[in-house]
Amino acid sequence: MTFKIAASPHAHQRRTTQQVMRWVYVALIPGVLLQTYFFGVGVYIQLALALLTAWVAEGLAMRLRGRPIGHAWQDHTAIVTAVLLAISIPALAPWWIIVIGTAFSIIVVKHVYGGVGQNLFNPAMAGYVLLLVSFPVQMTSWPVPNELAQLQVTISDTAQLIFSGFTNSGYNLEQLRMGVDGVTMATPLDSLRNDLNHQLTLTEALNKPIFGGLAGIGWAWINIAFLLGGLVLIKQKIISWHIPGGMLVGLLVPAAVYWMFNPDQAITPMLHALSGATMLGAFFIATDPVTAATSNKGRWVFGLFIGFLVFVIRTWGGYPDAVAFAVLLANMTVPVIDKYTQPVAYGHGGRS
Amino acid sequence: MSAATKAIEAGHIWTFPGGIHPPERKELSNQSAIRQLPLAPHYHVPVKQHSGAPGDLLVQVGDKVKAGQALTQVGVNNGLPVHAPTSGTVTAIGAGIIAHPSGLADTIITITADGDDSATTLAPIADYTAVSRAELLERIKQAGIAGLGGAGFPTAQKLALQRPLDYLIINGVECEPYISADDRLMREHAQTIIDGTEILLHLAACEKALIAIEANKPEAISAFEALLHEHPKLALRVVPVKYPSGGEKQLIQLLTGRQVPSRGLPIDVGLVMQNVGTAYAVAQAVVQGKPLIERVVTVTGENVEQPGNYWVRLGTPVDYLLEQCGFKPEPEQRVIMGGPMMGFTLADLSVPVVKITNCILVPSSQELAPAQDEMACIRCGACADVCPAQLLPQQMVWLAKAKDYDGLEKQNLFDCIECGACAYVCPSEIPLVHYYRKAKAEIRNIAREKAKAEVARERFEARQERLEREKEERLERHRKAAEARKKAQAEAVEKGGDNPQDAVQAAIARAKARKAAQAAAAADKKTEGDDA
Amino acid sequence: MTLITALSVLGVLALIFGLILGFAAVRFRVESDPIVDQIDALLPQTQCGQCGYPGCRPYAEAIANGDDINKCPPGGETTIKNLSELMGVEAKPLDAAHGQEDVKKVAVIREDECIGCTKCIQACPVDAILGAAKQMHTVIAHECTGCDLCVEPCPVDCIDMVPVPVRPENWQWDLQQIPVRVVESSN
Repeated sequence: MTFKIAASPHAHQRRTTQQVMRWVYVALIPGVLLQTYFFGVGVYIQLALALLTAWVAEGLAMRLRGRPIGHAWQDHTAIVTAVLLAISIPALAPWWIIVIGTAFSIIVVKHVYGGVGQNLFNPAMAGYVLLLVSFPVQMTSWPVPNELAQLQVTISDTAQLIFSGFTNSGYNLEQLRMGVDGVTMATPLDSLRNDLNHQLTLTEALNKPIFGGLAGIGWAWINIAFLLGGLVLIKQKIISWHIPGGMLVGLLVPAAVYWMFNPDQAITPMLHALSGATMLGAFFIATDPVTAATSNKGRWVFGLFIGFLVFVIRTWGGYPDAVAFAVLLANMTVPVIDKYTQPVAYGHGGRS
Repeated sequence: MSAATKAIEAGHIWTFPGGIHPPERKELSNQSAIRQLPLAPHYHVPVKQHSGAPGDLLVQVGDKVKAGQALTQVGVNNGLPVHAPTSGTVTAIGAGIIAHPSGLADTIITITADGDDSATTLAPIADYTAVSRAELLERIKQAGIAGLGGAGFPTAQKLALQRPLDYLIINGVECEPYISADDRLMREHAQTIIDGTEILLHLAACEKALIAIEANKPEAISAFEALLHEHPKLALRVVPVKYPSGGEKQLIQLLTGRQVPSRGLPIDVGLVMQNVGTAYAVAQAVVQGKPLIERVVTVTGENVEQPGNYWVRLGTPVDYLLEQCGFKPEPEQRVIMGGPMMGFTLADLSVPVVKITNCILVPSSQELAPAQDEMACIRCGACADVCPAQLLPQQMVWLAKAKDYDGLEKQNLFDCIECGACAYVCPSEIPLVHYYRKAKAEIRNIAREKAKAEVARERFEARQERLEREKEERLERHRKAAEARKKAQAEAVEKGGDNPQDAVQAAIARAKARKAAQAAAAADKKTEGDDA
Repeated sequence: MTLITALSVLGVLALIFGLILGFAAVRFRVESDPIVDQIDALLPQTQCGQCGYPGCRPYAEAIANGDDINKCPPGGETTIKNLSELMGVEAKPLDAAHGQEDVKKVAVIREDECIGCTKCIQACPVDAILGAAKQMHTVIAHECTGCDLCVEPCPVDCIDMVPVPVRPENWQWDLQQIPVRVVESSN
């Protein structure tokens, strides 16, 4: 018999990338379920389209790069990108939106930069920003939360709408987005932005049906679900608390200060926290390890920076939500953050 | 007393960054008392079992030896002696595979046991405070004691450094999974370890010793607690369970909050660390006069029927040891000397147990699954999170793959303690530590080559200079000879008033004669050569 | 008039920048080793002469004067890469006309066959061979650069070039190269 020669360590924590990713999917489930509840089964259709596109795009990119295609799915990063993008776009957006976005994320943002682990920018957010600046109408046409909708949309209507632009009975998306009051519904952040820009006071602006409950109908619950999912990931040590913590502090502290001084002109901290993509961004998007800072101190700075950018863009910028822009801008600063937050190695004068 | 010292005295336990919690699996081997391994028929004693030069041979093939008899002596290289593990005959001295990851061979003394196990000891020192420090150090050296924790640094050499010391740290942490040799030794021989610690304290001229034990060894902790009230200079410190808290640098950080400077020694921050096994061996050598010929070895893993701890004579072949413990190998069995995190695999089981062997691990492929294929790094950063030295493992792997050795040194590659935490957590199963070890070996090699090239350059230049000088000297000699001739000629002319014409003729004749002589000399030179 | 103004302005500017550059060149001059020393430091100092020059320093001087950087077989690829970086030229593959990269070797004299002719002693570029006329010679192994120059002059061919043995101290962690011995299973 022969004895096997191997390099130490011989023990290995069998937590593979697949296992890590499985936890990420599990943590996303509550948020996705709520999103479906409020915005309809379009979410599932978008997910299916995104996964299909990701699969084709990943295979194609691997083939073009002369890599074994079989490896494409092993690391699950393409799936995560597809899922994040699919739940970030409006549930009833036309089918080609998600196809273009996913293909761009996978092929250009990931593979052109050298594939898994080499990309500078968060693929899902780069895809999202591409879609947002190219197709602003489609990308901001969020459906009405079902509690406020005038017209109920069936599953077949949803599919028809996504693939042809009209429901079975001939309504288009614009008509469907009409609220109970007969006014086209915007998302809470969008509506608030518009109204505040039109010199309405906060109290006036909030006097709309979409602002029911804590921080907007539907949106608040979805954000709470993503928050819970994120806490599970922290508990499982899949992500560290530094990035989400930094991002929430960076967003909410300036928001609270600004709101205290301009109580009638500013978005409330509560709305900041539980509206738009805040929680999804904090726990699932900004925490993408490939494009985030590496040390804990760096992660903290990175998170703070994203949060602060979200506050600035939401308050003064031209777009209602800002998570995607903030994440991409912070991605650019990662090399600098890493350079200045590199931990002092043992024995080089650091204190314990 | 400064605040930091106060905190140390109060028993404050600091923390170190990173670290992992692998399954401990110590229950496999720590349930029963240390057993004595029966005498083996043959022993292979490598002459070098410590870090440093080997000693000079004292025995020849055919010599009869007794257990504890020195086989080598300190010698010109200031080596450390090795001793016969039992009585018998020296049957071979030659190359044999040593306990090293490379599986390379070195000088090994083979002893065939006669079964009597008759022993010889050094004179016991009843009262170590009555003899001189030099004598005690000499005793520890003669007993062949090197650090039993793993590094194998000669203990006397470590203690000989006369520098002010704040604390002596006795390391009984044993954080590596599976291993329980120190645990059992502490449970069963706490008094001897304490005696050894007192001797080490005396030698180090130090006022206080800290005995560190990991919290997962409650029996060992209570064994010491029961005895320590009689020893005011000794204090017990229980450190939390985390790998690698037993690493020298990490334990220092845990107990004192100090950091050993990069490329420095613990003594630079006023500390010296010894393993509990070393303290035991020191007590044995001084009080009983017993040289280091046996140690506790954990034999464990699912592919051995009687896992446990054994008193094993140094030089016992691993195959004999495993046979005695009911070895049932599987195909492609891994036999690991050391633990699952830092141990190395053996390619050949004739390898002997040596001073630094604390464990022989024979895992089944279910309990420690063999490494899978390395996948691409996804930059998840898990490695940086667990690195106890606060390095950037993923950057270092890239640099190592690119063979950017300057970059690696800038990333403090040499502060890596090779604990394996990064490779343990890597989801892509990249053997990070292996890359670092290769890069370190390569960098050391390059440094050696560079030093050698520098010597070669100097020697080449010295030779060029010498040749140049010799050429000039030759020319100078010729010139002087010619001058002397001219002078002699002129004198002769002056004296004798000879016809200058005659002188010319005579000179030509002389030149001819000289040429003939030179030709003869050249022929001579061809056969004789030149003693350069 | 405009033309003259433009020309004079440009001329003055050129003068000012020239002065600044000149000042900077003097003020911030970087002291560096003469280039020959830098090149010499990168060469392996084997002194084997395979490059066609009588030693490493002469080759370093030749490189400084524009010779190719790929003539050093003992240095191999690494040396070529380092030289290309220093000289700012393209790294070329080793020139096969000068030999091939080989493992490090050391000369060993079969001492019972040595006749004591001193020829190898004269050939050795680093004086690493000890001996006297009609006395047996021996190589100081740790001074030997493995240059091969002593092999050819030996009239009795008693010099071998043997690869430098791998020892635990200089082992490179090549786990794949450990010979795996097949052991008969006992059960």
